[in-house]
Amino acid sequence: MQSRQPALDLSPQVSDEVRKTTCYMCACRCGINVHMKGGKVAYIEGNRDHPVNRGVLCAKGSAGIMQHLSPARLRAPLKRVGPRGSGEFQEITWEEALQTATDWMRPLRETAPEKLAFFTGRDQSQSFTGWWAQAFGTPNWAAHGGFCSVNMAAAGIYTIGGSFWEFGQPDWNRTKLFLLFGVAEDHDSNPIKMGLGKLKARGARVIGINPIRSGYNAIADDWVGITPGTDGLFILSLVHELLRAGKIDLGYLIRYTNAPYLVNAADGPEKGLFLRDTDAKPLVRDRHTGQAVAWDTPGIAPDLAHGVEIDGVTHLPVFRHLSDRYLAPDYAPEATAPRCGIPAARIRAIAAEIARVAFEEEITLDQPWTDFRGVRHETMTGRPVAMHAMRGISAHSNGFQTCRALHLLQILIGSVETPGGFRFKPPYPKPPEAHPRPHAGHSPGQPLDGPHLGYPLGPEHLLIQEDNTPKRIDKAFSWEAPLSAHGLMHMVISNAHAGDPYKIDTLFLYMANMAWNSSMNTSRVMEMLTDQNPDGSYRIPHIIYSDAYSSEMVAFADLVLPDTTYLERHDCISLLDRPICEPEALADSIRWPVVQPDRDVRPFQSVLLDLGARLGLPGMIRDDGTPKFRDYADYITSHERRPGIGPLAGFRGADGTDAGRGAPNPDQIDRYIENGGFWTCHIPTEAQFFKPWNAAYQDWAVARGLYDSPQPYLFNLYSEPLRKFQLAAEGHGHRQPPDHLRARLLQSMDPLPIWYPNFTDAETDPAEYPLHALTQRPMAHYHSWGSQNAWLRQIHGHTPLYVSGEIWKQQQFAPGDWAILTSPHGRITLPVVRMDALNPHTVWTWNAIAKRRGAWALDPHAPEATQSALLNHLIHELMPPRGDGLRWANSDPVTGQAAWYDLRVKIGKAPAGQSVSYPDHSAQRSPVPSPARDLAHQTKP
Amino acid sequence: MTTLPARTDRKLGLVIDLDTCVGCHACVISCKGWNTENYGVPLSDMDAWGEAPEGSFLNRVHSFEVTRDDAPPMIVHFPKSCLHCDNAPCVTVCPTGASYKRSEDGIVLVNESACIGCGLCAWACPYGAREMDGAEKVMKKCTLCVDRIYNQTLPEEDREPACVRTCPAGARHFGDLGDPESTVSQLVTARGGFDLMPEQGTQPVNKYLPPRGRDTLATPDLASLCTPATETATGFLGWLDRALERI
Repeated sequence: MQSRQPALDLSPQVSDEVRKTTCYMCACRCGINVHMKGGKVAYIEGNRDHPVNRGVLCAKGSAGIMQHLSPARLRAPLKRVGPRGSGEFQEITWEEALQTATDWMRPLRETAPEKLAFFTGRDQSQSFTGWWAQAFGTPNWAAHGGFCSVNMAAAGIYTIGGSFWEFGQPDWNRTKLFLLFGVAEDHDSNPIKMGLGKLKARGARVIGINPIRSGYNAIADDWVGITPGTDGLFILSLVHELLRAGKIDLGYLIRYTNAPYLVNAADGPEKGLFLRDTDAKPLVRDRHTGQAVAWDTPGIAPDLAHGVEIDGVTHLPVFRHLSDRYLAPDYAPEATAPRCGIPAARIRAIAAEIARVAFEEEITLDQPWTDFRGVRHETMTGRPVAMHAMRGISAHSNGFQTCRALHLLQILIGSVETPGGFRFKPPYPKPPEAHPRPHAGHSPGQPLDGPHLGYPLGPEHLLIQEDNTPKRIDKAFSWEAPLSAHGLMHMVISNAHAGDPYKIDTLFLYMANMAWNSSMNTSRVMEMLTDQNPDGSYRIPHIIYSDAYSSEMVAFADLVLPDTTYLERHDCISLLDRPICEPEALADSIRWPVVQPDRDVRPFQSVLLDLGARLGLPGMIRDDGTPKFRDYADYITSHERRPGIGPLAGFRGADGTDAGRGAPNPDQIDRYIENGGFWTCHIPTEAQFFKPWNAAYQDWAVARGLYDSPQPYLFNLYSEPLRKFQLAAEGHGHRQPPDHLRARLLQSMDPLPIWYPNFTDAETDPAEYPLHALTQRPMAHYHSWGSQNAWLRQIHGHTPLYVSGEIWKQQQFAPGDWAILTSPHGRITLPVVRMDALNPHTVWTWNAIAKRRGAWALDPHAPEATQSALLNHLIHELMPPRGDGLRWANSDPVTGQAAWYDLRVKIGKAPAGQSVSYPDHSAQRSPVPSPARDLAHQTKP
Repeated sequence: MTTLPARTDRKLGLVIDLDTCVGCHACVISCKGWNTENYGVPLSDMDAWGEAPEGSFLNRVHSFEVTRDDAPPMIVHFPKSCLHCDNAPCVTVCPTGASYKRSEDGIVLVNESACIGCGLCAWACPYGAREMDGAEKVMKKCTLCVDRIYNQTLPEEDREPACVRTCPAGARHFGDLGDPESTVSQLVTARGGFDLMPEQGTQPVNKYLPPRGRDTLATPDLASLCTPATETATGFLGWLDRALERI
């Protein structure tokens, strides 16, 4: 048969309108073009003009339409009518819902505002929710950083004044060697893929350090299948090698770091702090004169090698402390190799490659600039070795110091804020001193005495009572977690249930699936949420929850405030929050309702303003008591955090031409929409590198409202705030830690980066629990949202347990077998799959795919419920009892970050016939109807 | 059955870089979204929220593990869609003429109004690149976004397949593989692009670029690059002093 080519319409109309907004399928915040047909969402693609994604879009982003149309969307406010956890609800009016919430909260504000605990999950309005909680007056507010990556963020701020992801990124266009540490498949999404694509196109070498060779590590030129929890030791072994060879950038260390600072060696309360002059300026030894002089004295040659002798005591510079420590044989590759699971020769080869690229392939840009000392430089020279890291190195109980070690490595080779290295994104760099301190001062009817979260500079900034009782329900900023800069959301429910440090009345959660994948020890947390007093009342009296979807947490709420989808509401991706800037540009963006909700739901932020007005919170009502803001969009436009500084930095001023600072502009959101949903403002070329020390950058940052005055600073190789906590542990100062925490503080608050075995490794019998167990999110999902998405769940719909060939053979597994995985806290049962590109002593599975039956509008027999389990069931928020009468937190002792990745397990074969995963929780009743079985979605105009 | 054109004016197709593909499935879902809204019937999802969801996809990513005797195992992500073969067995097997290869650009398409859903073409394709739609029972396959690449209503830069436009890592390239001077042909030459299963005689237009060598880092250790600072006569401190004098 001769084919007769039919006539095709090669130019069909794609849509009748494109609306440009910001994605929310993960936390990446890419720009999207939403194609509309007949007022409905038809197709979503990346926005080519957007600074984050430049037109590309990941699987999640393109599947946004299925999220927007999800059958799991809540439809109306819900009042619980069955027991907690059952999912039995009655739909109520918004007026009843808001009145109920107000009736619960008003008496708390008037008598004991701390009895409201308000915690939000992965939301992107933290500067707003924190402002609301501050006005309410409760000290108990935070978002999800405590179980995500606070180690990374805090270590970065204390060391270099920034960290990875929204804080900064590799110089993708120039780097020649890229080391990727502990990055699971999800963080961040498009920018890292775009960056890797650039490196690959140039043939730059990528080294992946990760126990699992999937995702980004699959395309790494070299893969280092490290033993979980030993990254810090590996990094310090690289440091050892670089020091040993003298392959370090001494000029950079002298000019831009505290390496020359003299450390007080005299016994007493100042020991280990910097020697300072009468103006409190740190002292350095001038090589010309041999004298100790202020660090910024013009014309001096700061010494790194020698100290000064005062009263018979020699005070050495930071660099000597550093070189003495890391040149010790403990850090030699031969010593670290067995623990890290990496041959010594390979550690040496990687160190040599770093040295070769850093010092033999340096990059010099013909770009003059002037530093904060007033010295003009004709060029910008950089060492093109870049690094990036995420939760894999931070979600350990040694994670803070491991992240510090990584920054130490970057600094020693002079690759931070130099061409080819790591670059800050405004408003970073920002050292700890430029951040606020934490606050918890509360009193009835009054706002909190300051922002909740911040960066303590010593024990004086802890949020504790005279008797060391924590002021916050999550015990953040207490001796147990002194630098918990993001709060400890994962401890809220267990502490509230225990009434430790005090009881609360109302737990108010937003977008945080705490009854499931966002808690450690999930089964027990579900019990805590339903636990009752002898009189039948709940241990946690009231639970209010806001979510757009029928999640597991919904079933445990007494009152549910249904949120909209991300295409139905206003948001601002604010510089006051988690910014989306680029190393060369300031940027922020909005979401706006590209469609109106077809259900009785309201955007949570507008609801919060409504509640605030009903409660009469300061800043949310006018003098006559009427609401100050119409809705969240009105807040975004008209709220000023400081004069001229608001949630959005673009199009400010009456005529919309001010950048950064300027009066509120009532047309601001329209201007953002006209501009594609975002705003950018480029950094002058002479200000694009060396930002912490670059006078042009500092001045530009002040003009744009990022700082109120120039904030040049030196990198903290040696962290004085950490040393202050050690001094307290040694018995100095007014504020003293409880005795049982002294040894731990001494160890973990070391002012120079250290490595110690994580607590689980240190305390678990390796013969009984020989394996490490990890969980990672796939690139195509973002926590529990992704796996209910009709398209995405077909990519990953269950959670096999991946085991190495060694374990496979040892256990005599065969295809189709199931494994029982047991930790000291519990067990799960999963189908098992062999994977050899894996550290031989590690098993892993996907995170947040497992679902409770009845949740997310999925069929109760869906594989997410029957072929899947969360590793969370194996992880406790506390360590097993040690016999000392205490229960120690399973967290980093510096920041309190949940130590998810410390998990150790044993494995066994499940009995033949296993066909359903364990644990198999009872089904929750669905507050939304079951969807139609089949889907064939085509938008008709 | 159905005949193929003797020659095509151009050979439009994809070049997929297996060295760069991170296996993120962006191309899979972008394709799903575009082709659900556009060419032919929507790509359905049977039992979409149920026990065994089964949807139609024109592009899927498979992941393979490669174990090696002398190096660590590798994972290769392998995106697969219709390869728009010059000698396309799915066309010649079609009893109705529904499957055809366009003479102007070589794109292989299914005329859905002529498709009887017999499934012979899917059997004939050695790559498993065709999928019967569960709802409409017509054969679905990659169209190379024929309704994008010539679409006068789109900006010129967007006239490329949805999978190429969206790929975050830049692992997918689109162009005329019949033109040796085209960017894609040059890329194939430079990187040793290859045909998938050439022994099948299908003469695929799409090409794959192989993964570059992995785990080849063999830099000699530092001691052979320099005299270690710690091994100079005066030790590390002596080296440090001399180095500081030079700053």
